[in-house]
Parts: sequence; C-alpha cells; structure tokens
Amino acid sequence: MDWGLIFDQALNEALDVNAILYALAAVGLNVHFGYAGLLNFGQVGFVAMGAYGMGLTITYFAIPNAFVSVLMGILFSLIFALLLGLPTLRLRADYLAIVTIAAAEIVRLIARSTAMRGITRGAEGLNEFIGPFRDLSPFNPSALYGFGPWQWRGNRVFVIIIGWLLVVLCVLVVWQLMRSPWGRVVKAIREDEDAARALGKNAFWYKLQALMVGGVIAGFGGMVWAWGNATVQPDFLVAPLTFFFWLVLILGGVGRTWSPVIGAMIFWFLITFIQNLGRQLVDSGTLSTSIMDLSQIDQIRFWIVGLALALLMIFRPQGIFGNRDEMALDAR
Amino acid sequence: MPVRRLVGLVMVATAVAGTLVPLPALGQDGATVVTTTLRYDDANDERVPVEGVSIVVTTVDGAEVGSAATDAEGVFELEVPDGGEYVLTIDPSALPEGVALRDPDRIAVNVSVETGQVGRGLFALVEGEGGGGGSGGFLGTSPRQVAQLTVEGIKLGLFLAIAAIGLSLIFGTTGLVNFAHGEMIGFGLLIAYFFNFYGLAGAFGFLSSLPAPFGDGVNLIWAAVLAVLLGAGLGYVLDRFVFGPMRRRGVSLIAAMVVSIGGSILLRYIFLFAFGGNPRFYAQYTAQRGILVFDLVTITPKDMIAALISLLVLVGVGLFLGNTRMGKAMRAVSDNRDLAESSGIDVQKVINRVWVASGGLAALGGVFMGLSEQVSWNIGFRNLLLIFAGVTLGGLGTAYGALVGCLIVGVGVQVSTIWIPTELKNVGALVVLIIVLVFRPHGVLGRKERIG
Repeated sequence: MDWGLIFDQALNEALDVNAILYALAAVGLNVHFGYAGLLNFGQVGFVAMGAYGMGLTITYFAIPNAFVSVLMGILFSLIFALLLGLPTLRLRADYLAIVTIAAAEIVRLIARSTAMRGITRGAEGLNEFIGPFRDLSPFNPSALYGFGPWQWRGNRVFVIIIGWLLVVLCVLVVWQLMRSPWGRVVKAIREDEDAARALGKNAFWYKLQALMVGGVIAGFGGMVWAWGNATVQPDFLVAPLTFFFWLVLILGGVGRTWSPVIGAMIFWFLITFIQNLGRQLVDSGTLSTSIMDLSQIDQIRFWIVGLALALLMIFRPQGIFGNRDEMALDAR
Repeated sequence: MPVRRLVGLVMVATAVAGTLVPLPALGQDGATVVTTTLRYDDANDERVPVEGVSIVVTTVDGAEVGSAATDAEGVFELEVPDGGEYVLTIDPSALPEGVALRDPDRIAVNVSVETGQVGRGLFALVEGEGGGGGSGGFLGTSPRQVAQLTVEGIKLGLFLAIAAIGLSLIFGTTGLVNFAHGEMIGFGLLIAYFFNFYGLAGAFGFLSSLPAPFGDGVNLIWAAVLAVLLGAGLGYVLDRFVFGPMRRRGVSLIAAMVVSIGGSILLRYIFLFAFGGNPRFYAQYTAQRGILVFDLVTITPKDMIAALISLLVLVGVGLFLGNTRMGKAMRAVSDNRDLAESSGIDVQKVINRVWVASGGLAALGGVFMGLSEQVSWNIGFRNLLLIFAGVTLGGLGTAYGALVGCLIVGVGVQVSTIWIPTELKNVGALVVLIIVLVFRPHGVLGRKERIG
C-alpha cells in the first residue's frame, strides 16, 4: 500500500483538467438550476457545443486562430441555448428535464454519425486543433512545472492555468450578475414566476438569458477539456456525465457562488482516492480478482455517484455549503 | 386480487410461446471452429449464398484472431485456438450490390464456442437496403420495404408500450418522472437471462442436485415468468422502501426525480458489474429464420409471438384499468388524488400497486427487447429516451396515450430509416418529441391543461 501515491494522485486530480471541466459545467448548472430554477439535464450538450465549436473552427473552417476559435465555441453554446430554450422554456420543469436530456443526446448522436464524418470526423472525434492554442503557451513542453503533488508538463500547465483563470472569471461574473438587478429578477422568477410576470418582467426572456449564461460557462468547460486532451471524443459526452455535474453541484451546495467549484475539487479528490485505493488493493492481492478486477474498480465510481446523488438528495439536498431556502426544489 | 390476475394473464400469455421449437445445438468432434453462413432470400424466395465476403474474427478484447472469406456456398469457417467468446465482424460494403444486412448496425456478432465445438454466428441478410443502409434515398424504396419497416416499427412500439405504461401510470399517480424505469426494464431482462442459464439453482444452491426445472437453466418462457414476478417485486421494494417513505417525508418531486436518477446510475452499473459489458443471447430462440407473411413482410416466429403477447397484455391492462376496482382506483388517483382520497380510496396502497404493476410490465418489456435484439446491460437506458418520447407524445400520465405514443414512436423510428441513416433514427424520435412539446405539450391524447 503506497498511501503517499494515493494521496498525491488524488490531490493532483483535484486541480487537473477534469476538475476544471466539472467546475465550469457545475457553475453553469448553478446559474440554470440554482439561480433560475431551470431543470437542465442536458448540460453535457453545452459542453459538447463549446468543444466542437472551438475545434471545428480550426479543423473544418480552417481558421487557425485560438481567439477566434474560443469565440466560435461561445457562439455554438449560445446557439444551442437558443435552440433548446426557445421551444421549451415555457414548459413545466419536469418536461424541460426530458427535453434537455434528449437534446444533449441529439447533439452527441449527430456529432458521431457517419453522415457528419466529413465535418466532425464521426466517432473518431476531432483532433489536430490544438496547434494554435499551444503556440500561445510560454511554457517549455518537455519541462515539469509545479510543486508537490501538482506537477505537470508545460502544455498541460498552460491548459490548467488558463482553465482555472476561466473558472475564477466565470465565478466572479456569476457573483456580480446575481447581485445585480438582473440576478434579483432571475431569482424572483425561480421563487414565483407568476409574481414576477405580474410585476411586468418577461420571465421567458430572463430564463432564456440565464440558460445562455450558464450554457456559455459550460461551453468554456468543454473547450478546456478539449485543450487538455487535445481531442474531442463524442463518446465521452454521454448523458451520465450531466448527472456527474449535478452531483458536483449538489455536493457543493446549490445557489452558492463558489460551492460548485469546491464540489468539483472534492468530487475528483474522492473519486481518484477511492479508485486508486481499489487498484492498489487488487494489485497487492488484498482484494481478490475473483471479487473485482481492475476494470470493475473503474466502474465503482458510478456506484458511488449514483448512491451519493440519491442519498444527498434525500438527506441533505443543500449539500455542504448550500442554503436550503435557495433551492428551487418545488419549481413547477 | 386484481394485480395477481394481471400477473396470471401474463403467465398464461407467455406459456403460449411454448409452441416454439428451439434450434438444435450444432456440435462435432475435433477443432474449435467459429462459423457463419451468408445467404439471403431473393425475390423468388430462394436462398442465395454470398461468396467471397471477408469476415474478421477478433476476441472480445479486440485482438484479431484471423479472417477468411465465404466460399461458394456462402459458408465461412475459421479455426480458433481455444473455446471462448469471439466477435465476427463483416464489412457491409463488401456485400454484393442489392444485398444488405437486415440491421445495418449489426456488423459484429458475438459467438461463444466451447473447446472442440462449433460456434455459429448469424448475419441476417436481405435483398434491398436493409434497415436503411445508410444511404437512404426515397426513390429506391419498395412498398415491400415500407411494409417490412412498418411491421418492425409496430413490434418495437409494442415492446416500448409495455414498458412505458408503468412509467406513465407512476407519473399519473405520483407526479414523479421515474428515470430509473430503464433499470426496471434492464432488471427483467437480466433476471430472465440468469434463470435461463442458471435456473433456480443459481439463486438457491441447494436445488442444484434436482432435475431440470429446478436444478438447471430453465426454458426462457419460465425464466420470463420469473423475471416478471421479480420485476413486480422490484417495483414493490422501490415504492415500499425508497419512494414511499420520501412521499411521506414530503420530499419534493424534483428531489425525488434526482433520487431516481441516482438510483438509475447505481443499478445500471451493478448490472454491468454482474453481467459484463458484452451483449449475449438467451439460450433459446436466438437464431430463427423469418417467415414470409402475406407475401409481403418477413418476421421471425419469436418476434411474432412476442408481439402477440404484448398485444394481449396491453389489452389486459386496458381491461384491468377500465373494469376492475383497483384499475378504476388507479385512474381515480391519477385523475385527482385529493378527490380520490376523500372518497375513501387508500391512495398509498393504490400507488404501491401501480409500482408493482409497472415493475412487472417493465420486466416483460425488457425480456422482449432482449429477445428481439440482444441481452445487454444498458438496454433499458438506451430505450429510456424513446419511451419518454412515446409517453410524452401520448400525454404524460395517460395509459392509453402511452400505448398510442409508443406505437407512433416505434413506427416512426423504423420507417424514418428510409430517409435518414439508421444510426440517426433515434434522433428523429427525439426531435419529434421536442416539436410535440412545443405545439401540443399535453400530448396527442392528453387533456388540455396548463403545463407551462
């Protein structure tokens, strides 16, 4: 048993690209569900739109410019928010849940289809878009940077720094937005849509704006994830990923500015910790492979996620830092 | 007890399928061989072998074992080093002009073979475009193909409907959108597989010395009956120990929905742990030759019987809801819970019975889905969105609406492959779902009420 290694890897993952993706997606989801009360179960669709928008700019539209590609990623997320929001935001919350999960699945199925192979490369996924982004990196690709458990090669360090800067930026924007008159209207709609409408607020338009804001933040998550892996794999972007984002949000606490970020770090620390512990138990023979082999250890994360999501929702829906009054659990 | 009557109906109906004769297992001495035969029926109903198509054999981990081409009889044979599970993969583009796989998604077939035996895989070939063939094109569509796709769509729709009615009833009586419904389907499917291969002795070890009905794997028909009973049990347990207590504690519907999502993930990955990721077949009724009906459509006997049973069960559910005390109580609770309660209906008991019936029906739907495709761990989740589409289309909370909606979705999904690539057929259903919600959010049969 190498406890040092287990802790090091868990601490490393808590700040790595995956944690950034989860943090950004959960911050976006917090805008949707925590502040606007929208039951969005298709967050992975926004992540996909951000990643594909950014990647396609370079591979398909042949504009090898990192800044233009980011703008296109934002644009794609906005378009998805409009496509999703215009028809569905008038519906009741549980209908919205079904439609969003369906829409995210549509995005994935179309992106991976053979018919789209000329554009999205089908199930193979997008590659070869990373060049313009890496050209901006001031770090030496072959050198190690960082300290303690947090050491990465130059290219990854650049992604991680950009990623966390985006997280901070998005959280600050959300924080300011929610203190503004706009944020107060959005929260009022969450509490009582009819009352907000009676005061002359266009609830539909505010909800659509909230959907766009949260969607773009998730789109940033998709871009960071694409940069970190230098590829966009459609089969990573499956529906259960959205539920992971939900767990991260609920774990941290709904309706609080920083809690999704902390939720993401805790989530990745715990998942990596348990997974590596399991692997070492199997490797050292303490846990017999007749009970569980290495590939099954990797599935345990889903058990934990499912169980944790259910138990948190029953016993502590406000999560670690949340405030129960800030949750739109009775949204209609 | 009405529910018992319902289960009894299912049992009688499944027993009808006993007239089917399973194919004899092929076995011969000597080398371990995997084999398949590529043939199709031409317009005159004659079997035509397909020569010279190369088939690649890999292990389930993806390592290539070897490849060979079919001979003049359309027979492919390859010696493999050892018994085990292998995957045969065909390149559909190598097929001659005008011949396609019946299901263009099924380019790979799993074959399990014992050492020294012959393992047989099956590629179903058809003349024409198969299930769409990827290229689409309306001009090349024959009436026969449209009829074939419609029949397959009805079949799919019936299976979806069996599973969907429970989802709709649960929504109607409790207001919960149960995302774990897909796992109730998967539970039935896998329980049937378990009893099909290991029998009651697999669950109760002391029975293993007893003769066939108890000691060994049981025929799929009895396995299905057991699966339906246990599926109903799962419905009971879910309500009694999870959702019932939450209702009493006043946990909101949205929280309950998130709980059902958590339960869905947990159950699904327990299935993966127990069953493994590779799709498999039931022990009986796997390879059947389709028979030509009305000189127009080909359908395998197992699909025909499964569809007939589905129809019977659906009629039974309809009669149950319309005529029995419990059925009327279910509709009353669904219609107006407070009014039902104040007129003396034990609402909690009715809701519990709804869960029991839903679990049984979902399990039966799962068994049929596994019979007509393959048994795999995530079949429930893969079909969940189609079921949502069907249920929403018909009107959430209405049992008859679920039936109509699922039939529309099933036929729509299959027939749409004439115009769109097969891999995108589910996209069509989901797009329709969204469009319906925009223009008629209460569904085709639902009552007009405010849901926005």
